[in-house]
Formats: sequence, structure tokens, C-alpha cells
Amino acid sequence: MLVRSGVNALGKVAEGRLGLAVLASSAAAATAARNGLVPESEEAASLHTAAGLVGGPTTTEGGARRSGQAASGAAEQSQWRKAYSSSVVGEQQATRRINLFTAINDALNIALEEDPKTLIFGEDVSFGGVFRCTSGLLEKHGRERVFNTPLCEQGIVGFAVGAAAVGHKPIVEIQFADYIFPAFDQIVNEAAKYRYRSGGMYSCGGLTIRTPCGAVGHGGHYHSQSPEAFFMHSPGLKVVMPSGPREAKGLLLSSIRDDNPVIFFEPKIMYRTAVDEVPMGDFTLPLGEAAVVREGTDITLVGWGTQVGVLKQAAEEVAENDGISCEVIDLQTILPWDVDTIANSVSKTGRLLVSHEAPMTGGVGAEIVSTISKECFLNLESPPTRVCGADTPFPLVWEPFYLPRQYRIVQEIKEQMNF
Amino acid sequence: PPSSLLRSLLARSQVGGALLARPAAATTGRTFATKASKAGDDDTPFEVDVAPFQVHKLESFPEPKVETTKKEVLAFFRDLFRMRRMEIAADVLYKGKFIRGFCHLYDGQEAVCVGMEASINYEDAIITSYRDHCTYLGRGGNMYEVVAELLGRKDGCSRGIGGSMHMYLRENNFYGGNGIVGAQVPLGVGIAFQQKYNKKRNCTFTMYGDGAANQGQGFEALNIAALWDLPVVYVCENNHFGMGTAEGRASKSPEFYKRGDYVPGIKVDGMDVFAVKKAVAFAKEFVVENGPLVMEMDTYRYHGHSMSDPGSTYRTRDEVSGIRRERDPIERVRKLIVEMELATTAEIKAIEKECRKEVDDAIEKAKACPEPPVDWLTKNIYSSKPNSFEFVRGTERGIQHEAY
Repeated sequence: MLVRSGVNALGKVAEGRLGLAVLASSAAAATAARNGLVPESEEAASLHTAAGLVGGPTTTEGGARRSGQAASGAAEQSQWRKAYSSSVVGEQQATRRINLFTAINDALNIALEEDPKTLIFGEDVSFGGVFRCTSGLLEKHGRERVFNTPLCEQGIVGFAVGAAAVGHKPIVEIQFADYIFPAFDQIVNEAAKYRYRSGGMYSCGGLTIRTPCGAVGHGGHYHSQSPEAFFMHSPGLKVVMPSGPREAKGLLLSSIRDDNPVIFFEPKIMYRTAVDEVPMGDFTLPLGEAAVVREGTDITLVGWGTQVGVLKQAAEEVAENDGISCEVIDLQTILPWDVDTIANSVSKTGRLLVSHEAPMTGGVGAEIVSTISKECFLNLESPPTRVCGADTPFPLVWEPFYLPRQYRIVQEIKEQMNF
Repeated sequence: PPSSLLRSLLARSQVGGALLARPAAATTGRTFATKASKAGDDDTPFEVDVAPFQVHKLESFPEPKVETTKKEVLAFFRDLFRMRRMEIAADVLYKGKFIRGFCHLYDGQEAVCVGMEASINYEDAIITSYRDHCTYLGRGGNMYEVVAELLGRKDGCSRGIGGSMHMYLRENNFYGGNGIVGAQVPLGVGIAFQQKYNKKRNCTFTMYGDGAANQGQGFEALNIAALWDLPVVYVCENNHFGMGTAEGRASKSPEFYKRGDYVPGIKVDGMDVFAVKKAVAFAKEFVVENGPLVMEMDTYRYHGHSMSDPGSTYRTRDEVSGIRRERDPIERVRKLIVEMELATTAEIKAIEKECRKEVDDAIEKAKACPEPPVDWLTKNIYSSKPNSFEFVRGTERGIQHEAY
């Protein structure tokens, strides 16, 4: 069946996309640097060690670690990124090969350990959760900090907003993103506006909402949605979606530590199928920064979550068959989104394609295309396009036709190249 | 258009089942099985004892004695048994990957919908959660449609589009079939409003589980119903577990029939089809005169929450088999049949055999049915009347589908 083979292929892609261990050649080192595991040179390595675990102001941090653009002389950017970077990759931080739910479990455990005011609650989290993201946490940290709630999303999130307002760091789980809508009022009207409406007196910055999202092959209307666009539209929130286990751990820890309410979407299809080398111990990735996961010169492909894997597959296909060189960007943070990385990339390539599972109309892709059209108008070789879910409710039997799959992206890339 | 109605009626009557004829909605107290036993119809009424009803703020309530007939008892047995067989077959189909997605089985709880239907008619409305396969059958749907819908084929009751969780039957006032927990409860109150507005002597049964009982929207709508005296019965099918969470750990007060506070309540042994029948008859009379009533059905599900849940990590196998032994709805009716000699063992086996055959036939036919055509992806998003969307964008620029 088409859907199942897609899932398997996706799993394989997720597995193949690994950071690598220490490498000798400079090219390989640059790749490794991009994956954030190994600094580009020995000199930088000693600088990193000197800076300790916290990302310090060295010349090779930031830009070098996260995108391959350090090589292309993005000195101004790394200056700019210094202000934001909180990557804590030290000298060759040990990694282990784990899947998405284990990476999330790891991040949650670190969060609970470091701050006694951290709480984890939601439906069924105490036995480990339906996706096992919270396994073992009750046993380690006690039932006052890891507990179940009744089945009432609005009540759960409202309760969390209140707890955050008095200094706790609640990490709320909404069991499926499809069920987040009863809590929509609490998120958009309470959590997002708390700081603003009280003139800075109160806030619920400690709030993090984690929720599984995205297509899973057979989820149907209510187990497959990607509602990130609804929340991108709400100033005061941050919206994050990782594309793999490594990004998940780094971004989740950043989200928990960020002093703003964050909604953290986890692509549920990857919980078990996506495996990556994830740094052990403390590890964060900065919010608000996109990652260039594949360098290219002809067209920029932007996606997040599961779709990054699909874009990479499409990029490989057109590289092999048509010699088209695609630059693939993992947006990582949807709000605030990294305009500069994408604008720089599109200025280089001249073409933009954004892809997401959520329906096309009013999706996050619309915002990205609109902004980049303005920023990069004179650099564009073809109109920027979006390859997204169809404008229908998420169907059950027609999921393969609804989703923006690899072949549609390839087709669209070719159309842009031939414009 | 009339032709599609005719076609659907025709399709529905093609596969067998206890419900071939669609009687016009009329009287209360009708049973919905029309097959008689071999010994000939026997309509002599006799009484069956049931457990006493526990009540909340109700001055008059039914006595724990239920009148029934041999015909009705045999019809109960048949309907309970075919529902059970269908759910077991759905289990096997799911494991064989014929059914994909999520599948929530109702076995153990059949007495609730069978007993309910014995006291109401199709002018009364039912709306329930995603555990709706048997409720659909109870409302007069046929098994082929259920199985085809589970398999995602175009002859399914929702044309293969809704799947397990979204089964509807408009002609008989069955409003589904709802995936989001608790979202259907306020909808039921809205349906009851229509019944009162049109001065019908009918009521709505809005059904939810013990997990959903904590959803705020339920309380909001109950207040509305009580304020305006709407003829709605809040049926809480308490199977004691909200997915994996036991009722005591999710609800401060697991006495769901009392949760209405200012709304009267009644608690019923939901695994005794006769108790359900009596209580529902009382409920219908009550709410049509007085406004809402909360009815807790004390029941149990043998399967886990869904097919992804083994159902054994939060309860012991002994508990499940104990309930099966002591409270199984089918076994109780069988015991009554045997004790009162309403049918011979051979006759009972014959009924069972017919039910199994019905299930097998439905499965075979459903497996042969094609999936809905792809262009239905954009069907029914909007109304087809003029000035609605005519085209819907597909997954990339340039693709447009006609919306119809």
C-alpha cells in the first residue's frame, strides 16, 4: 500500500540522516560542524572547551555550527547569531542513537532534574503516555510533579496557565494536536496575552504545551492534524516543531527554558521510526533559528517536522535525475520564524518552495511566501510556490492523495526550474 | 434527490439482518427485531426482576420489575448476539489490517443500546461517541453498512469517509458517531431543542463516557437544557475506564448520575438489558414533561479503549473475566431463556448460527466493495448550493478540484 511504503521510506530516510562522529577531512568536518557535533577546527575546539558548556562568544560558534554558511563568509551573521545562540555543544559531546520519544523523554527528565518547579501533566502521562514520552518520569520525580489530569483540555491548559503565572514550569501534554481546540481560548486569549495585558507584571512564560501532530498513515480526521498555523497567528506565543530526535531534544529543552509560552508540536509518525545520534546530557538548540540541512544552489525548499524528510528525499531525487541542486531548510521554529536564513538562501538560489502537511489556504507557507516575496523580490527567478495538504478536512482513505508527497514536490521543483 | 434516497433504501435492504423492514416511527415500547421463534409468536407478558435503581433528586422512579414477552426476550438475545459477533469480527479484521485507523469496540456494553431501542422509536434521537458500531445497528442500520464503513468502502454508512468513529443514520435520527471526546454532548441538547420547538413528544439521548463526563462543555449544555426544560437524557455509559484511567482517578465524584447536581439522575445496571429498557422508558416519559435527566449506565467493555490498547495494563485479566462470568449481557438473557424454557438449546444455537452467518456474509460482501472514488476527496466540504466554493485547491499550484 502506498501509505505504508511511504512510512517505511520515511523511516529509512530518518535513519539515514545522521550526524557523524569525528572526521578527518575538512569537508567532512564542515558537514559535522553543520550538524553541530564537532567544531570546525582544533583551534575552535579548544575555544569551545575554554568556553565551557555554555555556547560562548567564539568566532566559530553559531553560524558554523548550525548552517554551512560559515564557510561562505557569513561573518555578519555569526555576529548576529551570537546574541541568540544558546547551543551547548561542548567538545565532542557524547551521543547515543535513540528515537524521538526517547529523546523527548531525555529532555523532559533533564528539565525535571534541573528545576524543582517543573511539572508534567496531561492525560495518561503518569504511566508513560500513549507514546511513551513520559515513561519513568513518575518513578524518578514523584507524583507531585508528574501526574494525570482528567479529560478536559480547556481545564488542563487553564490550570497550567495559572500554575505558570505563579512561577511553575508546567509541561502540559495534549494527547493529540487534534484535541487542542477546546484549549484554544486558554492558549490564545490567556496564555498569549498574559504578559501584555498586565503590563509585564505577570506572565506564564514557564508554560510549555507538548502535543503530537501530523499524519500517521491511518489517523483520519482527528488523529492527523497539523494546527500550527492557528497558533502562529497569535502574538505572544512561540511555536516549535522539530524534524527529528536530535532537534526534538535540543528544541524542547530550549522551549522549556524559554520565558514565553511555547507550543511544541511533535510529529507522531516519527516517535519510533526516526532514529538519530542525539547528544547526551544537556543539549539545546536555539529557538527562532532555522537549520540548513542540505546545501544547494538552484532552489530553496522549506519545511518542518516530517516534511523535512520528504523534502530531502525530493532533493536527492532531482539531484540524481535532473542535476538540480536544492537547498533544504528545516524551519524548526514556526513562530518567530527565521526570516534571515530563508531570505539569504533565496537570495542565493532565486527560487522558493514551501511545503507542509496542513491545508494550503492560510497555512504557514502563505506567511513565508508572502514575506520572502517582499524581501527577495528582485532575486526571484520564479514565483514562490507551496506544496501543501489539500484544502479539505484530513481524509481517512485518501490520505496519500491529500498529503504533499515526494512526487508532487519533485514536479513542482521542475516547474519552477523551467519557469 | 429522491433517486439517491431510493438507492440507499434499496442498498440497505439487500443484506439480511434482524431489521429488514423499516417500520414507520410510531409507538413506544416497540422491539426492533421482527423475527419470531419457531414455536410461533408468544406475546404473553411476564415479569422479570432487575436490580433496584439508584436515584438522585427523583421522587418517583420505576420499580425494579420489567414486563417482557418471549418474543422480546428472543429478539434481545438475537440483537445482543449479533452485535457481539460483529465486534469480535471487527477485532479480527483490524488485526488482519482490513480495518485501518482507530477502532473502538463495544462488546460488553451491548445491553445499553439494545435496551434503549426497546423503549424508544426512531423519532427519538441518539447521539453518541466514537464507540458507535452497535448503536448504529440498534438504530436500524444493517451490518453490511457497518462493516463496509469500517473497511473504508463506498457502501459504508458514511460512504467510507467517516470510518469507525463517524457512523450516521439520518432517517432514523442517529447523529453519530463523534471522534472528539465530549463534543457530541452539547449537540444532543441542540437536537432536543428542535424536538421541543416542534412540539414533538420525543426526546434525545446524548451519550458519553465516564472520561468525557469531565469535559466542561457537557456541564455548560446541561445548564442550558435545565434552564429551558429540554427533553434530553444525558446517558453516561460508565465503563469505569477513560482509556487507561480508572474512574476514581479522573473524577472526584464517580457517581455520574449525581453530577447533574440540580438535574435529577438515575443509575442503571447497564449490563442488564431489561433494566435498561425500563429505565429508558421512564426517562423518555420524564424528560418530555420535565426537562433533562442524567442516566448513568453501569457497564463494562471487554476490549481495551481501542484496538491499540490491550486493555490489560490498567486492569487485571481476572477482573475482566469476572465481569464476563457474572454480568455478561448475553449470558444473562440466555440464562433467562433456559430457566423459563422460552426456547430449546437447538433453537438458541440456530439463532447464533444465523447471526454468525449474517456477520460472515457482511464481511465477505464488504471486502468485495470498492473504495470511494478519489474525486470524493473534495465532495461535501461545502454546501452545493450556488455561491459556495466551486473549486478547492489541491496540494500544489495549478491543481484544483471541483467541490460538490
